[in-house]
Amino acid sequence: MVGAGLVVIGVGIGIGRIGGSAMDAIARQPEAYGKIQTAMLIAAALIEGIGFAALFAVS
Amino acid sequence: MRQKKLFNLLTTLLLLIAFQVNSQHEETQEAKELDTAEAGKEARKEYIQHHLLDSYDFNLFSIKQEDGTSKHIGSPLPIILWDNGLQIFSSSKFHHGETVAENNGNYYKIDHNKIYKTEADGVIHYDESHHATNAKPLDFSITKSVVMIFLTGLLMFLLFAGLAKSYVKNGGIASGAGRFFEPIVLYIRDDIARPNIGEKHYRKYMGYLLTIFFFIWFLNMFGLTPLGINVTGNIAVTFALALLTFLITNFTGKKDYWKHLFDPLGDSMPWYGKLPLYIILIPIELLGVFIKPFSLLIRLYANMQAGHIVLMSLIGLMFLFKSWFGSGMSFMLAFAISLIEILVALLQAYIFTMLSALYFGFAAEEHEHNEAH
Repeated sequence: MVGAGLVVIGVGIGIGRIGGSAMDAIARQPEAYGKIQTAMLIAAALIEGIGFAALFAVS
Repeated sequence: MRQKKLFNLLTTLLLLIAFQVNSQHEETQEAKELDTAEAGKEARKEYIQHHLLDSYDFNLFSIKQEDGTSKHIGSPLPIILWDNGLQIFSSSKFHHGETVAENNGNYYKIDHNKIYKTEADGVIHYDESHHATNAKPLDFSITKSVVMIFLTGLLMFLLFAGLAKSYVKNGGIASGAGRFFEPIVLYIRDDIARPNIGEKHYRKYMGYLLTIFFFIWFLNMFGLTPLGINVTGNIAVTFALALLTFLITNFTGKKDYWKHLFDPLGDSMPWYGKLPLYIILIPIELLGVFIKPFSLLIRLYANMQAGHIVLMSLIGLMFLFKSWFGSGMSFMLAFAISLIEILVALLQAYIFTMLSALYFGFAAEEHEHNEAH
């Protein structure tokens, strides 16, 4: 149970960092908005998958 | 003409809303009869569990009557079993899992959402770890999820066949629903398939990508209607979808795909240098072939399942507080989460399609050059 909590914290930090970095990138190069968003969503989905896997392993 | 269409749409919406209010009203009545908090908690858990699972009959909602028995509104579905020959009968024989069903002298009983073969008395035997030890016939029943998948397939077929016809009639210009779907189809072609698979091969995969996108999206959206049938939150369904992606990736894999698997370093190193590396590298690459579709199936399943659990738990708050304030709060939260879920429904369909396209890109890519990467 504690492990699941830790994993969720990690996933939160990870997705937060991806989102923040994507914001930085968009601010630097607004014309690459579409590409950055796609890459961001894929990375976020991959991390999210790990989080869910951990949650389901615990429950 | 247009006004009539709008009117039809509004009536449908109102009916849907009325239906939702109606079904929630029934839930409230049911919850009122639960005396203690503990019983209420158990009932909520069971209700959520029940909602997430597949079921042998299409039960819309249940009403508790004055004499204490429940009245179920819905329709039974066919049960198809392979047990010394084909056994086909209606799920109404089970009376919502409460009684033993008899067909051609065989007796069956539902336990924990699975059909077991029993004697005439319908007793199910358990071992120490509380698993049923009765024989389990092969089950090909048309369950609630299967009905929903058939309906979605039919809807998609009619919708897109109709769209294709309208394009021919109008000389390639979108009309009606086509104005909504054309940008989505173009987006999948130009922003998902083309950049990931490559200009040369993307055409071959378009049919599958479009099908899987709309199939997952529609099923996710149906899961959010008051019917709330959790099809994409069923691991068997997502397994089948991921299996398709897996098979297509590996059967359309070109020379370079297999070379990348078994000889990733290429000519950049002599064989005696590669040997110790490959003992580790090749198993990892092979494992990756299976992990990719596995992550697809877990992601879709877990996202949809989690979304439904959160929604149902928030609606369950209503019965925890049993006050106007609690109901209001639960309604507001459920409403907000529903909005997020609409986004998630689209996002998950998009991610699944996107990653499938990415994997197809690995399979279809061809190198003109000989350098390693």
